[in-house]
Parts: sequence; structure tokens; C-alpha cells
Amino acid sequence: MSKETWKELTIGTINLDAGNSVKNLTGTWRSGKKPEFIEENCIQCFFCWLYCPHFAILVKDGEVKGINYDYCTGCGICSVECPSKEKSIVMVKEEIELAGGSKK
Amino acid sequence: MAKLKDLASMEDRLVAGHGLCLGCGIPLIFKMVLRATEDPLIIANATGCLEVCTTIFPRTSWNVTWIHSAFENAAATIAGVEAMYKSLKRKGRIPKDKKIKFLGVGGDGGTYDIGLQALSGAVERGHDIVYVCYDNNAYANTGGQRSSATPFGASATTSPEGSQSPGKLQWRKDLTKILVAHNIPYAAQSSPHRWQDLYNKAKKAFETEGPAFLNVLCFCPTEWKYDESQGIRLAQLAADTCIWPLYEVESGKYKVNYKPKEKKPVLEWLKPQGRFRHLFKEENAPILEEFQKQVDRDWEELLKLESF
Amino acid sequence: MSTLKTLNGNQTIAEAVRQIDPDVVAAYPITPSTAIVETIAKFRADGLISGEFVCPESEHSAMSVCIGAASAGGRVMTATASQGLALMWEMLYIAAGLRLPIVAAIANRSLSAPINIHGDHSDTMGARDSGWIQIYSEGCQEAYDNFIQAFRIAEHLDVRTPVLVGLDGFIISHSLEVIQVEDDAKVKKFVGEYKPVYPLFDTDRKMTVGPIDFTDYYFEHKRSQIEGIENAPPVIEAVGKEFGKTFGREYGFFEEYRMDDAETCIVVMSSAAGTCKDAIDELRSEGKKIGLLKPRVFRPFPHQKIAEALKKTKAVAVLDRSSSPGAFGAPLFTEIRSALYDYQERPPIVNYVYGLGGRDIMVEHFKDVAQKLEKIAETGKVEEWLGYINLRE
Repeated sequence: MSKETWKELTIGTINLDAGNSVKNLTGTWRSGKKPEFIEENCIQCFFCWLYCPHFAILVKDGEVKGINYDYCTGCGICSVECPSKEKSIVMVKEEIELAGGSKK
Repeated sequence: MAKLKDLASMEDRLVAGHGLCLGCGIPLIFKMVLRATEDPLIIANATGCLEVCTTIFPRTSWNVTWIHSAFENAAATIAGVEAMYKSLKRKGRIPKDKKIKFLGVGGDGGTYDIGLQALSGAVERGHDIVYVCYDNNAYANTGGQRSSATPFGASATTSPEGSQSPGKLQWRKDLTKILVAHNIPYAAQSSPHRWQDLYNKAKKAFETEGPAFLNVLCFCPTEWKYDESQGIRLAQLAADTCIWPLYEVESGKYKVNYKPKEKKPVLEWLKPQGRFRHLFKEENAPILEEFQKQVDRDWEELLKLESF
Repeated sequence: MSTLKTLNGNQTIAEAVRQIDPDVVAAYPITPSTAIVETIAKFRADGLISGEFVCPESEHSAMSVCIGAASAGGRVMTATASQGLALMWEMLYIAAGLRLPIVAAIANRSLSAPINIHGDHSDTMGARDSGWIQIYSEGCQEAYDNFIQAFRIAEHLDVRTPVLVGLDGFIISHSLEVIQVEDDAKVKKFVGEYKPVYPLFDTDRKMTVGPIDFTDYYFEHKRSQIEGIENAPPVIEAVGKEFGKTFGREYGFFEEYRMDDAETCIVVMSSAAGTCKDAIDELRSEGKKIGLLKPRVFRPFPHQKIAEALKKTKAVAVLDRSSSPGAFGAPLFTEIRSALYDYQERPPIVNYVYGLGGRDIMVEHFKDVAQKLEKIAETGKVEEWLGYINLRE
């Protein structure tokens, strides 16, 4: 995407495109671990949604449905705070493909 | 009473794709605060983590009207917006039925320190604003320098521990009480781990006529130096050790909103945090002792204030 | 109906504020502009203005309130001087960067240290790169006229840049002058209705105002900002003409006094220009071909027009009521000297610093300058390019 020239910018340093940071996929920050959602354990308490700093919990039709890996940074708060008897979110190892094909 | 399920279905006013650190406490504070009013909202944000990490042009994480002008003046800036609102309402240039809420936001740097004067002035003048401080105990945006909210004994980059120093030598400033001393209608302390407490206080603040102040403890994995999955645990411990009491002051009347059944020793909060690691060296035992004593004194004092 | 009133500079500004009734006035009292703020407060208390008056705890907050209020979507003004303007310094740049048409009346005063409450231009000259348009006034009438025009210039859609109007501390701010106060309705009509551009109050738009730029956008945003003040000259000119048509007093970028056949010229701004005119009259009666050029608009600097006006003279003295320590001359001098650079034939030029901390400048001082200019015109040589007037040496 070519960037605007100075003449094309809105005067006064204003961004009129509300909430367009959703195009920044912070999921690329994850390194080595990711949360996994186990639906059958979920008691729909919404704590994971509440405590996720990165807006990465998928909620649909009033229910928690899983993780949005586009934004999940793998911080793990959701898993720690999950209160269900058997955790409905667990952290698992994640292999990430680096440029050039190597894995970490 | 609000249910999380319902709150989750509301539109986000702060959205994904922000650049705040993994495990940061700021977004979950504002997830609740921004849901506590359904009126149109204008936010003035002081320079700091939240401002920088949410507005890197040409992207913005704000799905609500937002302005930033400088570091020390979020309260004055939002006061200006509110003054114009009053003026244009009076002049009939804003429809009578249009209600707007005004929110000033800053970290402890922009609120306790460099922005204290502007905040004091704005609330003294009685502007109908809410101000929320996210207190992460340091100038985190610039790499963790001490602030007047940094706890006693913490190692920060401008109060580093060393062979001749146990870290920060001063006790933290009690900003909430300073705001209470302005005789504003509503001032409170809250924490993101008790979402109902935070949500209710933010709601009360928005409903308050005149200035309302909310001081919210904000865990910070980067500067507190702990495993980033433990933020909410640490927030809980801050309340259970009474390091960060949850209370509110309505028209001068104190109410402590959370009293731990069993007050935990401060060590439990200090131990997981790298910034306090040096305090556990033998020679720093007196510092730990002093820390506990001061927390106990402050807690007793707060309970006394409540009983008046 | 237009009426004659005896007012001092501060009162004339307050009178204009009453007539314009800005939506928000946010100002902190400081000598010598205090009376502007007090008078506006009283107008509000008496219901003579309907806008909001905010009295913040500092000038920094005053300008911050102005920025919040102007962003919100209405007409805003402030008044200050000296240390107050210095304390606003950070916010001046931000007001300009956000393209907010705030108008400020500045009762020009020296800067500490040493602390001094009297008039010089150190305060506004210190803000000359802040992005604000700067207009200076010779007396109370000009202060009143300039202040009214300032709103039209600042708010013009091509400009959208804050404007400050300078009136010399005490010499203008506290001195009585019989001035023509125009009819309230006529002034209101001249200033017109405020047209907000991207107001915060348009809450459906959910704008992010004042975001952070990295290396990929800062330069473009700054260039865009520069365009606003670059667009100002035709607007300043048109507004000055329209003001003349409406009220009978026309304004341009500068005033030329007895310059038609002038061989030497003194350039001086603000109140000292009045004294200079007396000196010129005396010198003219002695047969000296000398004139005065009194800049009114300092930012944007009308470099070409001033150079055109000066190029045919044989010697020019630029008098600055501020200093720029370590620089090649004080602010007005460096601008004018630089403006003349493009001309093959150009007069020798010298700089005099005068009046710091309110030190008087009298007719005899201008006559001394004239004498030196005469010598330079004769020889074509500048022996000392910088001098200080009325200083014990």
C-alpha cells in the first residue's frame, strides 16, 4: 500500500478511520505457546473474554466459542483465570514457521 | 446487575490490534470502564502507553471519539471539551437531548506526577468529567523509570537497586486521598481483577454530576517483571495483602469495598515480581519489615476513615 | 453605531471579546494582560457574554483548555503575556499542529531573568516558530482592529491556524487612547458564524485526534501544517481590505510612513512606530529623506513585499524589541536581511536592539539612528551591524 502524500492527509493530524487497528494482527507476536479452547469444559463464565488484553476471545451468539489467533499474543492470562473444573483453556506448544522455513 | 455475557455483546470502544504488551493490564481496565456508559463519549488521553500503543498513525484502536494533546494535560484538555459542551448547549448549538460524557485518562506518570496540577485544577473547577488513572507504578512507556506511584523498595531504572541502595527509598504518594481532599463528589480505587467493582465504580463516576476520579491498579508484566500470565493473580494479591485497597469516597463518606477474610503478608505480592527480587537478600530484611508495617498502618487508617 | 471611547489596550481587547462573544475563553491572569481576563470574567458574571469563561490553574492548562475546547467545535480565545506565554510554549506548537483556530491576545512583556513586568517582544518572538500567525499593533485602535480580524484569518478554511495579536505591555495595554468602538452587530457580522471543521462533538464520526506519528508520517503532517500558514497571506490581505470597507480602517502586511522618496528607512514594529513617526516628521521638516516601515504581520513573514519596499533605499536600520543571543541579529533583522538577499541591488542594513524590559525609546533615539543611517547611505559602508539603543555602556 502506498502511503499518502502530505496533500492527501486530513488536516490537523486526525485519523477518521475508527478502530482500523483490527488490521494489525498481533497474533504474529506469539512465540512458542498458544491457548487451546476445550469447548466441552467451558462453563461460559466469560472470564477469558473479560481478562484477555488483546480482544482475542471469540464470542458468538452470546457464547464463548474459542480463540481468535489473529490477535492472541499467547500471554496465558485466559488459561490461568479459567475457573472451570477441568480447564477449558490450556496452553500448548506452538511451532511457528519462521521466514526461510525454520521452526521455533 | 450487569452480566459479563451481556457486556461481551456490547460494541468495543477500544479494539483489537493495539500494540500494548502481551499480558498488559490496561486494555482490560478500559474494556470495563468504556462499557460503563452507553452515552456518546469523548476521551482525552495523556501521553503514555495507552496513547502511544493505540494510535500509531495511520492505525487507531479507538472506536470512540478520542483526543491526545500532551502528557501533563489530559484533565485540562477534557475540561476544555466539557466547557465547550456547556457553552454550546447554552447557545443551543448542541441539541438539548444530546448527552455526551467526558473522560480523561492517564497513567501514573501523567496523573500522579506531571499531570497532577492540571488534574487538581480541573476537579477544583468542578468540570463534569470523569478521570481514570491506570496506575502501573512506573513510567512504563519510556522503559520503567520511577514515578511517585512506584512502591517503596522497587527497583526502577531511575531508582535502581545497587550495592548502596535498596531501590526506591520513598513511600508511594496516596493520590486517591489527594483527590478526596478536593472534596469532589466521587473518588474511588479499583482493580481489574474484580470486574464488578470496576464496572460499578466507573458507572457511578459517569453518573456523578461534577468531577469523579477513579484510580485503578494496573499490572504491568514488563516493568513489574513477572510471568505475564499472572497479572490478575497479582491484582488479586494486591487487594488481599491490602497493598491496594478497594474503596470509594462518596461526598466525603469512605466505604471499603473489599476486606480480605485473611489479610495476606505483603511478601506474597512482592515475591513474584522481579522489581522486588533484591528485597529478599538478607541485608534488605528491614526494608521488607518496614514495607509490611506501612501497609498495615495505611490499612488501619483506611478502616478508621470508614468508621467515621 | 460606531462610538468613540477612551479605553486602554486591555479594555479594547475585552470590548472586542464582548462583541464577538467567543464560545469559550480560557485564560490565566498575568501582568500586563490581567485586566483582559478580569474584564471578561466580569462580563460573564454580568451576563454580557454567553460563552463559557474558564480560569485554569496555569497558562499551560489555559492553552490546554483552549485546545480541548477548539477541538470540540467552537470559537476560542485566550490572553496572556511573558512567562505565561512561555509556559504555554509546548501547547502553542500543539494548537498549531492540530490546526485549531485559537486567537490569543498577548500583552507583550519581557522574559525572566531578571524578572521584569514591562514591555518588550521577547515573549512572542520566542514563539515565532510555533506555527502561530503573529500580528502586532501600534496602539489600542490597532489592537482592537487586529483582534477582530484575527478570528477571520484563523478560522478561514484554507488557513485554520491559530493567531496571536501582540499589544505592547503597559505602553498599549495600560495606556488610554480614544478609539472607535464599532457597532456590536456589525462586529458580530464581520466575524461571522463559526464553522467547525472535524469537531469532536460530531461523536458519530469517532475520530482519533492527535495520534502518534512515526518516521513515516510525521514529516507529511508537518508539511501539511505549514501549508495552513503559507495560505494565510491572501486571506490576511482580503480580511484587511474588507475591514477597511466595513469600518474605514484598512490593513495590510505593513505600514509605510513617508516612504515614497525615502533614501533611508527605519523598520520598527508596534508602539515604538508611533514615536518613530514623530521623529520622521521632525527629520522630514529638516529636509531628511527618511521613512518608516512598520511591519504588522510577522508570521507569515511578508518577505517579498518588504524587500520590494526596501530595495531602493540606501540604508536600512531594523529595530528589534527583543534579542536572539548568539544569533546573527535579532529576529526582525534576520528576516529582513535574508529577504533582501535575492536582490542584486540592496541597501546596507543594520540592527538595533532597543526597549528591553520596557526601556523607553524616544524621538531623539530615532534621530540618532537616522544620523547613523545617513552616514551609511553616504559611504555605503556598515561599520557596526549591531547596536543597542538607550543602554548605559
